[in-house]
Amino acid sequence: MKHIWTIIDKEWAEVFQHKMVLFTMIFIPLFLVALPVLMLFFTGQSMGGEIADDFSELPPALLSFCAADMTPGDCMQVYLINMFMLLFMMIPVIIPVTIAAYSVVGEKTTRSLEPLLATPISTFELLAGKSLAAAIPAILAGWVSFGLFLIALPLIGVSAPVIRYIISPTWLLAVLVAGPLMAIAAVNFSLFVSSRVNDPRVAEQISVLLIVPVLAALLAQLAGVIVINLLVMLSFIGGLVLVDIGLIYLGVSIFQRETILTRWK
Amino acid sequence: MIKTENLTKIFKIKKGADIPAVVELNLDIQEGEVFGFLGPNGAGKTTTIRMLTTLIAPTTGTARVCGYPLGESNQDIRRNVGILTENPGMYERLSAFKNLTIYAKLYDVEDVESQVRKHLQMLGLWERRDDPVGSFSKGMRQKLAICRALLHEPRLLFLDEPTSGLDPEAALLVRSFIEELRSQGRTIFMCTHNLNEADRLCDRIGLFRTHLIEVDTSQNLRVKFFGRKVVIHLRKVDPAWLPQLQALPGVQDISQVESKLVITTEDPENLNPRIIRTLVTAGADVQFVGELRHSLEEIYMQTMGENQPEVTES
Ligand SMILES: Nc1ncnc2c1ncn2[C@@H]1O[C@H](COP(=O)(O)OP(=O)(O)O)[C@@H](O)[C@H]1O
Ligand SMILES: [Mg+2]
Repeated sequence: MKHIWTIIDKEWAEVFQHKMVLFTMIFIPLFLVALPVLMLFFTGQSMGGEIADDFSELPPALLSFCAADMTPGDCMQVYLINMFMLLFMMIPVIIPVTIAAYSVVGEKTTRSLEPLLATPISTFELLAGKSLAAAIPAILAGWVSFGLFLIALPLIGVSAPVIRYIISPTWLLAVLVAGPLMAIAAVNFSLFVSSRVNDPRVAEQISVLLIVPVLAALLAQLAGVIVINLLVMLSFIGGLVLVDIGLIYLGVSIFQRETILTRWK
Repeated sequence: MIKTENLTKIFKIKKGADIPAVVELNLDIQEGEVFGFLGPNGAGKTTTIRMLTTLIAPTTGTARVCGYPLGESNQDIRRNVGILTENPGMYERLSAFKNLTIYAKLYDVEDVESQVRKHLQMLGLWERRDDPVGSFSKGMRQKLAICRALLHEPRLLFLDEPTSGLDPEAALLVRSFIEELRSQGRTIFMCTHNLNEADRLCDRIGLFRTHLIEVDTSQNLRVKFFGRKVVIHLRKVDPAWLPQLQALPGVQDISQVESKLVITTEDPENLNPRIIRTLVTAGADVQFVGELRHSLEEIYMQTMGENQPEVTES
């Protein structure tokens, strides 16, 4: 099992040599935090005058988000914040994809895979090391972003009821549980792709497709087709667990050392 | 150390004919031996090494490596052998120290730090341990890759074309390093198509092209293919001497090349004095006497020429 840590250590040593990867890892979370913070800041300012205290001017879809102690402005903000929840869940999907997609096929193109496979490392250890190397920074980035978001909110004058709403079970589950599960799914999918293609660019392009379902969910939510509540979140997490188990199982059973080493077309 | 029985690898291609890369290979390599596996490009050398190091599975046939059966105890085999792959595949962005440390850990070396230091010092690279491998010369990188294969003190070392693609200076560096390993009594299985290298470094040589053609020491291969030959330089040759020499028992063949006589015999040690006496008695002026050494290259060209790869029908 200590081989897993050796692989993680090696992957990180290599990955963090790439300035681009470091840049994405820092820039994407910062961008995805800055976006909602700025939007909340400006809506908070403009709404102060316009809708004042009148609940009747709010569209009915918005009312469902209102808690008893919220002002109409708060309700508006909560509605917006909910839209951003998926953005936070996207962070752990976007970040690891480039690392994981490159990880097997990259070693194949630099020919370092062959001596690696000649060591007494097991397939499970190799894949676990590579998955964790990509998933851990992604999960941390997701959590750090959420932490920054929480710190920024009071600073831009978001009210206490709104903040309480954000640390509700649905949100916490989304960020603390669903995010990591999505990262694991993304990483294993990318690794799977990476073990099957011969060109790192192809691996990245296929893996980036992962963002499509997340974007689709975001759009569906914007269009009011789905409303994310605790029940939806719990079922989503349940589904993710199954997907993760399936992908890990598939990844290990399909990783044929010989085929990966010798297939060139 | 290595014993193979009818080891065969046939690559199945989706469309087109199957490729027989290695066919019914039978080898028996002893502990402490440096074995040279000699054959042209595409002969199946790399495929053989990959099978013996458990990277790919044979299609048919069996083998024991370090006493472990291939296919059943692959993990044990991997622990006991070291391999320099055809492309060394170092992590070029990482330091020499990091590269070796990673592998020492993957091979479960007990004292990683001191083992890595020992090998870097052996290469004279300890001062440059923190430099990325990409900044080393090709010869250095190759030596480093060989050291990477030695970190866990394997009982058997596989080297796949250790000097190909290196300039003469780098090749020399690597070659003398292998010589050093040989003098330490290590068992080495080395693929090469460099004949002088095989001649110098290897105890026995296997001539191979999909099939194993011959296995022996290079000296025995010379005798087997060309017999032993004596060259006698004379001031001038009188054709009348040839029948006299031919009549001596033990002379198998005589030919004249300018003012030299080339005599084939199995026993030059006993025959030479009689030949010289005969020549001197006949009035010849003998200038030099020597043994004609065929280069391994001549043997190689002769065997490889006769063994064109088989064309398989699909
Ligand atoms: N992965 C592969 N798929 C199909 N054919 C292969 C593969 N690897 C090697 N071969 C074929 O097997 C033969 C032997 O190759 P190889 O072992 O690399 O030879 P060598 O190392 O002696 O140059 C060649 O004809 C080569 O084309
Ligand atoms: Mg080869």
